[in-house]
Amino acid sequence: MATVTRTVDYERPIYEEEVNYLNTDYSLKSWLFTLDHKRIGILYLISISLMFILGSAAAGLIRLELLTPQGDLLNADAYNRAFTMHGIIMVFLFLIPSIPTVLGNFVLPMMLGARDVAFPRLNLLSWYIYVFGALWILAGLILGGADGGWTFYPPYSTTYANSHIVPVALGIFIVGFSSILTGLNFIVTTHRMRAPGLTWFRLPLFVWSLYATSLIQVLATPVLAITLLLVAVERVLGVGIFSPQLGGDPILFQHMFWFYSHPAVYIMILPGMGVVSELIACFSRKNVFGYKFVALASVAIAVYGFLVWGHHMFVAGQSVYAGMIFSALSFLVAIPSAIKVFNWTATLYKGSISFQTPMLYALGFIGLFTIGGLTGLYLAALATDVHLSDTYFVVAHFHYIMVGGMMLAYLGGLHYWWPKMTGRMYPELLGKLSALIVFIGFNLTFFPQFIVGFEGMPRRYHEYASQYQIFNVLSTAGASILGVGFILPVFYLLWSLKWGEKAPINPWGSAGLEWQTPTPPPTQNFLETPVITTGPHHYSQVREEVVG
Amino acid sequence: MRGASNFAGQIDLLFWFITILSALIAIGVFILIVVFATRYRRRYSGYVPPAIEGNNKLEIAWIVIPTVIALATFAWAAVVYVHMHNPPKDALTIYVVGRQWMWKAQQPTGQWENNELHVPVGKPVKLVMTSQDVIHDFFVPAFRVKQDVIPGRYTTMWFTAEKPGVYDLFCAEYCGTNHSEMIGKVYALSQQDYEAWLSGGTTTASSSGMTGSGGSQASSQSAGQQLYQSLGCASCHGQNGEGNIGPRLAGLYGSKVQLSNGQTVVADDAYIRESILNPQAKIVKGYQPIMPTFQGQVTEQDILQLIQFIKSLGNSGSQGTAQNQGGNMPAASPAAAGQSGQ
Amino acid sequence: MADSTIAVTSTQAVEVHHEDPALKHQFDTPEQQYGASMFGMWMFLSTEIMMFGGLFLGYIVYRALYPQAWHEATLHQNWIIGGINTIVLITSSFTVALSIYGAQTNKKRLTVGCLLLTILFAFVFLVNKYIEYSAHYHEGLLPGKWFNTTEYSRQTELFMLFYFVMTGLHGIHVLIGILILSYMAYKAWKNTFHSGYYTPLEVAGLYWHFVDIVWIFLFPLLYLMGGITFGGGH
Repeated sequence: MATVTRTVDYERPIYEEEVNYLNTDYSLKSWLFTLDHKRIGILYLISISLMFILGSAAAGLIRLELLTPQGDLLNADAYNRAFTMHGIIMVFLFLIPSIPTVLGNFVLPMMLGARDVAFPRLNLLSWYIYVFGALWILAGLILGGADGGWTFYPPYSTTYANSHIVPVALGIFIVGFSSILTGLNFIVTTHRMRAPGLTWFRLPLFVWSLYATSLIQVLATPVLAITLLLVAVERVLGVGIFSPQLGGDPILFQHMFWFYSHPAVYIMILPGMGVVSELIACFSRKNVFGYKFVALASVAIAVYGFLVWGHHMFVAGQSVYAGMIFSALSFLVAIPSAIKVFNWTATLYKGSISFQTPMLYALGFIGLFTIGGLTGLYLAALATDVHLSDTYFVVAHFHYIMVGGMMLAYLGGLHYWWPKMTGRMYPELLGKLSALIVFIGFNLTFFPQFIVGFEGMPRRYHEYASQYQIFNVLSTAGASILGVGFILPVFYLLWSLKWGEKAPINPWGSAGLEWQTPTPPPTQNFLETPVITTGPHHYSQVREEVVG
Repeated sequence: MRGASNFAGQIDLLFWFITILSALIAIGVFILIVVFATRYRRRYSGYVPPAIEGNNKLEIAWIVIPTVIALATFAWAAVVYVHMHNPPKDALTIYVVGRQWMWKAQQPTGQWENNELHVPVGKPVKLVMTSQDVIHDFFVPAFRVKQDVIPGRYTTMWFTAEKPGVYDLFCAEYCGTNHSEMIGKVYALSQQDYEAWLSGGTTTASSSGMTGSGGSQASSQSAGQQLYQSLGCASCHGQNGEGNIGPRLAGLYGSKVQLSNGQTVVADDAYIRESILNPQAKIVKGYQPIMPTFQGQVTEQDILQLIQFIKSLGNSGSQGTAQNQGGNMPAASPAAAGQSGQ
Repeated sequence: MADSTIAVTSTQAVEVHHEDPALKHQFDTPEQQYGASMFGMWMFLSTEIMMFGGLFLGYIVYRALYPQAWHEATLHQNWIIGGINTIVLITSSFTVALSIYGAQTNKKRLTVGCLLLTILFAFVFLVNKYIEYSAHYHEGLLPGKWFNTTEYSRQTELFMLFYFVMTGLHGIHVLIGILILSYMAYKAWKNTFHSGYYTPLEVAGLYWHFVDIVWIFLFPLLYLMGGITFGGGH
């Protein structure tokens, strides 16, 4: 058994006749019946992008309506359905799948040195389930949409709502299984498909975060499934599971719903944190400071995240003692996130930092996620939460994390791995410009919402008191800028598919294992199964690097 | 927005403490990022950064210090929260019913007001609330208080208004089409003005539009008493609640009750409500489980009126006057006292 | 042009496993495939526990709120049929384990025969459930508009709802199990399994044992809580 040290040529050009996972077969059938995790990642990319556009349209309607205090653009019912569908589409059809199914599917097996995930057919099934569930939700939308907020509190949602709750709830139920099966696949893949020499503490941090995310997906989503099923059953049969008029307990719903939905927010953010770890390491050309702490912090967030759901219910009527326990735990769950932020910052120290688009998004993430996370402290604190709960302060808090955090990480990752996925470079100047526009537009949209929330403007309000108007106008102005920032990448990324510069094998000089394969990779990823002898992000051992 | 209740100062102080703390952390991180990004920007290719694994001492430090600060903040907020959940014994009790899409509040004299709440300045006010239909939320931003209003049970909150004024009241739990129109005003009046308003007279405040709609003369004691008669409560519990086949109601409110299963419970609002809607749930010791349920025959408002009436039944078993409410009432003006005997 | 040395060494040639038709392309060795498949099924079962767990939670909460009604409602259950179903499922777990033993010892007839027996038991289970459900319907115990609200209380309706959702969800799992086991029987008949490879069979068996275990929890909670009466319940 001979051991050969391979020399990888970073700038080896891509030959036209080279067979990769994209050009191996162009037929539609080969795409719709693919077992290749990379193609499945692309299928997800297309579907969730479409869903994102739909969710953004709803957001546009909301912000337009809120320019004036009166309800003049939409009537109350239409507005209520708009914000509900915005929440449902963004949470279940975009945020929860995005990074794991697009970037994770594409990159995870390669980061492990594997040919594919553990269960490729299950992976394809996950996508079909996602599409099927999305169609149900779209059907509900076309029929007129649901109202009640994405939180569906009974007895409103079960007994009083006149909208299409059942198809939408069932659609979410179905999409949940896509999430569960993807998580299951990733867990087994990470445990069983690692290349020789790739021990747990040599795994890249993106893998750690995907693993932690998958744990939550697998254990929390089934509880949502059964909760929504019971809501649909109650609505159809009229039996009072959650309705007091019929002997049920509406607070039971809230406990069951938040038992999933709080961990769900960690499903949404953990993969983003993983991407940021990869980007910070690559664009500072350094291993991540405190690697073990960051890796274990991911798992800690996943575990802790299951213990804090009651902080959504401080004014809901749960006992004071329960409130105190949940509040204390909610403060503690902030600590692992803080550890990550400090470690990323420390990684920059004595690095060699370049500012390509992915890095701009990563740095933006750190800033905005820090703000979003810190505003969580106000909500974890019992007394201030009483005032701030159900106001725009909460809306601003979670948008800082979801958009300022997650979306930026997703865009950063998409740009970072775009050459690997497509064999093309995107136009760097446009990339930087869009990142800047997104950053400015985002802050203008959501920072005023902290203020207007503290001033008392409740959320889910179709009309509002006139003293809140100035903040809403600022917010809508920001939203239009943010919209431009999001639309630009759609155009230039699509443009790059045909006219983008052909990508070198490793444009960023990354030490990641996924960059040691051709760009784009062949279907089986590696020409030979690698054997790993070092930790991840081992930039100091790379003598030269290529500036992209 | 300036706070106007006894809690506002504490909550705003906590809010600003967290703001300063957050600003320090955020600015600290931002400065470090900017400094590092500038100082360590890539100047030439070929530079190999040192492989710094980490620093365990630093890690411990930035785990322990934030944890301590976090728990201290938690404790501070928790203390205020517990205070917010312990209404003083002498608080003025006002009953609130929320329904799609309006608020109804019942003053201690018994009069109901719609989408308005009049409270005296300087006196603790306790709201006992329930919903007729879906979950709502009673939110007064200026007072920094908020509490979900849930069907099928009573939730409470309390505050002391500190400045006379008119304050926004919002529903803060999505409840359907007109959720954003389920709003109102809270009128905090000086003690004098409050009593005057209760009795329906004009005050210097009312002439300047500060009191909203005037209090009506209708007393829910009489409304409650009418219900007591029409629903047939008197046949088992006695004309004046003196008891018969059914337990004594005079002097019941707030007292301890021994149940047939050996437990002892306090006869509070929730107990009386349950006894009306689900009488079999708790049987008083020594009595037969024969009380019928009134589920479907009474609204939440009706129940509150009955509770108000039962409260008014003094120990003597005679019709209660304002004085029997043990300090909850403001000093009775002649007009108010006159309501007791319809 | 830059090049660099990375500590990635390759030792294995692209793979020998094409000779083994049972080894899927993503796995390197049969052991890896077996380990991954079993681990995958255990992970799946943990999600099922969380899903049924939500229902058990609801059951427990309402039992605490309405102990009387819960007690009385179980008296309407037919514990004899429930008991038969319990025995039927436990036996079916035995037969599926026996079929795996048959694969391990290259006894194809035993494998196929036991799988068919398991499927038969599963059908018996479902037929029994149909009998029970019809009886409940005729007694006016079906929640919703078919419920006899004059004779039974709202809390009894709530119990019946939990009964139908829990046993219904379980029944769907039994049905899916029948489909899976039928497919396994077909594959076994086609000589797919032998002592060196029976992974799908064992994974299917694991699923079936889980279905059995859920029933073992459901049976006492839904049938036996009120105590056993002879001739009293139907």
